[in-house]
Amino acid sequence: MRAVEAVMECLKAEGVEVVFGLPGGANIPTYDALYDGGIRHILVRHEAGGGHAAEGYAKATGKVGVSLGTSGPGATNLVTPIMDAMMDSVPVVFITGQVKTELLGTDGFQEADVIGITMPAVKHSIMIQHPNEIPRALHEAFHIARTGRPGPVVVDIPTDLSRVDIPYEPITDVHLPGYQTFTEGNAKQIRQAAKALAAARRPVIYGGGGIINSNAAAEFTEFCRTDRFPVTCTLMGLGAYPAPDPQWLGMLGMHGTRAANYAMDEADLICCIGARFDDRITGKLSEFAPRAKFIHVDVDPAEISKNIPAHIPIVGDAKNVLVKLIAEYRALDTEAHRLDEWWQRIDGWQKQYPIEKSFTDSEDTEIKPQRLIQAVYEATGGDAIITSDVGQHQMWTAQHYPFKAPRQWINSGGLGTMGFGLPAAMGAAIGCPDKTVVCITGDGSFQMNTQELATCAQEGIPVKVIISNNGYLGMVRQWQELFWEKRYSNVDLGRFPDFVKLAEAYGCHGVRLTDKTTLVDDLKAAIATPGPVVVDVSVTREENTYPMISPGAAARDMVG
Amino acid sequence: MGDPGTKDRLTLEELEASGSIRTGRKHILSILVENKPGVLTRVAGLFARRGFNIDTLSVGPTDDDHVSRITITLDGANHPIDQVTKQLHKLINVLKIRDLEPSETVARELALFKIAADGTQRAEIMQICEIFRGKVVDVTKRSIIIEITGTTEKVEAFERMVRPFGLVEMMRTGEIAIARGRGET
Repeated sequence: MRAVEAVMECLKAEGVEVVFGLPGGANIPTYDALYDGGIRHILVRHEAGGGHAAEGYAKATGKVGVSLGTSGPGATNLVTPIMDAMMDSVPVVFITGQVKTELLGTDGFQEADVIGITMPAVKHSIMIQHPNEIPRALHEAFHIARTGRPGPVVVDIPTDLSRVDIPYEPITDVHLPGYQTFTEGNAKQIRQAAKALAAARRPVIYGGGGIINSNAAAEFTEFCRTDRFPVTCTLMGLGAYPAPDPQWLGMLGMHGTRAANYAMDEADLICCIGARFDDRITGKLSEFAPRAKFIHVDVDPAEISKNIPAHIPIVGDAKNVLVKLIAEYRALDTEAHRLDEWWQRIDGWQKQYPIEKSFTDSEDTEIKPQRLIQAVYEATGGDAIITSDVGQHQMWTAQHYPFKAPRQWINSGGLGTMGFGLPAAMGAAIGCPDKTVVCITGDGSFQMNTQELATCAQEGIPVKVIISNNGYLGMVRQWQELFWEKRYSNVDLGRFPDFVKLAEAYGCHGVRLTDKTTLVDDLKAAIATPGPVVVDVSVTREENTYPMISPGAAARDMVG
Repeated sequence: MGDPGTKDRLTLEELEASGSIRTGRKHILSILVENKPGVLTRVAGLFARRGFNIDTLSVGPTDDDHVSRITITLDGANHPIDQVTKQLHKLINVLKIRDLEPSETVARELALFKIAADGTQRAEIMQICEIFRGKVVDVTKRSIIIEITGTTEKVEAFERMVRPFGLVEMMRTGEIAIARGRGET
C-alpha cells in the first residue's frame, strides 16, 4: 500500500480517532489518504490552532493528540504548540509534510528545516529517510509521546516518500535502546519517605501536573487523606485533589493563596509529587521553604534536584509511587494529634486570608473579573471543563473556580501561550462531547487564535467562550503599574474589536454582558445556547490579580 | 511573562552572583550514541542551550556500525555539568554517558604542528621533537610538520617549546579517552 495509507493504518492501530490539521502542497498525499482513511479530521484555520486543539484533546482525554501541517510555514506555525506541549508535558504527535527529498537543503518552495527548528522543543523528532521506515517511526513516536514524562514528537515526511508503495505489516514492538523510563520508584526510598512523613510536624503535600498525566488523582487524594496532610497544587496540578476540601489550601506560587505559600514557607517537610519547583512556585530560590526537607517524586530524573536539592529523591510514575507510599505510610504508627498545632496555624491563615477576600466586589452593577469567574462556577455547577488563555483571567480562574476533578482544567502553564484557550477548548470538546466546555479568555489572548471560531461553527463544536474584557493586556499592565511606575507602555487594546459582531461574522452566537446583578442567569442562558457561543463580558478595567509574590521576593512577603 | 523584574537597575555583580554550582575541574564526557543523522546536533545543542562552551569534541565509529562515540571535554569551573548530563540522558539517541574520572582514564589527542624552519633551526626543532616522542611527517626548505600524540598537557608543552621558532599553524583533534582497567568505558 502507499506509505500514506500505512500512516492511516498506524494511526488507527494507535487508537487515533481524530486528527487536527490543515493541508498544503507537501502533505496532499496524507490528505488523500485521509479522504477515505476512516479517521476524523478537523480542518482548522491556522496550524497553531490545530496544534493547540491536539493538546486540548490530549489533556482532556489522556490520549495522544495528533496534529498535521504541511512543510515550511505549516510546520513553523506548529512551533508554538510543540514548545507548549514540551513545557507542559503533553503527549502530541506532530506529522509534518516536507519538500521532496531532491529539494532538501536547497531552499525549495515552502521548505523549512523543521527538525532543526524544533530540536530544542521536542521530546524527540524523526526525519523519514526511507519510506519503509514510516510505520516504525510512527509507532515509536506514539510510544515516546505517551510514556515516561509525556511530550511532543515530530515526524517529518518528505512528500515523495509518502507516495511510495511499501510493504506494510503492523508493528507490535518498539526498539529504542537509548530510551528508558523509570516508573516503579525505589522501594527503600519510598519507605524512607513514609517515615519522614510520619515524623514530620509541619508537612505539606505539593502536587503538580505529573499526577494528572499519570491518572493518579484518586491515589493522590487517598494518600493525602491517610493523614490530615495539608495539600496544595500547582497551576498544572489543579483538579488532582478535589476542591474545596478541609485539607485543601488552594494553589501555591506567585498568585497562590497565602495559606499555601505560608505553609510552604514554614513547613519542616515538603512532599513534592509530579511538580518541578518552577520559578513561579519558589519565588526567590534562596529563601524558598528555608526550614524544609524535601521528598521529590518525579518520572523525569532530570527534574530531581534541578532547582531544589531533594533529601529523598524518588524517580517513578506518580501512580505507582503513591500506591506504594500509601501502603508504607499505613503500616507505620503515627501520633494521632501531632498535626493539630500545624493545622491551628494554617486555619489561622485560611480564616484571615480567604481567597474570596482577595478582591472587593463593586457596589454598583460593574462586573469585577473575579466575580465573573465565581459566576461561571455557579452557572456551570462547577462541573465544566474549563480552558483558559494566559494572563490575569487565567490566574483568577485558577483562584476562583475550585476544580473537583482531574482533566477539568486545561491551560498553558509552562510556556504561557496566549491564544491557547479557544483551540484547546475545541480539542477538549471533541474529546469529551458529553461535557460542557468553557473557554475563559481575555480580550488580548482571544485575538491570537480567533480564527478557530470558524472551525467551531463549521464543525458544530459547542464551545462557550467567555471573554473577561478589560481592554488591556491586563497582566502586563498590572506589572507596569506595580513595578514600572505606572508607565503603561503599549498595553491599551481599546474596545476593539466588537466581539459580538465578530462572533456573528464567524457563524457563532454572540452576546455582551455588562450587569453584575443578572450575571449568573445570563451566563446560564448563554451556556445553554446550542453551538459555539461567544460571551463578551465587560469587566473592571484596572483590576489587579492578588495576592501576589512580587518578582524576586520570598513567599512570606506576599502582597495584596 | 518571563521575569521582567522591576524598574530598579540590575548591577553586573548581581548578574554574576546568580550563577549556579560548579565542580571546578575539567570533565571528559564519553557518550555512546546511535549512528544517525542529526544526533551530534542534538548533543551539541544541549550544551549550546545552556550557554556551555565545549573545549574539545571528537566523534568516531565504535566496533558496532550502529553506534558512534562522542568525546567531549569541558571546564567544570565555567559550567555546572550535572544538569546537562541528566538532560543528555533524555535524548532518545543517546545510549550511554560516562563522566570519566581523570585519574581512572587514559586520554590522548593528536596534534600536527607546521613550524617555520630553515636549515639552521631544523636540528634544534628535531631535537625537541625527539624529547616529546613526536614524528616528523613533512619537511621543506622553509618548514617542518611534526606529529605529536599525548595528553593535552603534553601537546601544550610542545606548543610552548616550538612557538618561538615561528608556528605557522597547528591542528588538534581534541581528546579521546578510555577508562583504565578491564571494564568498558
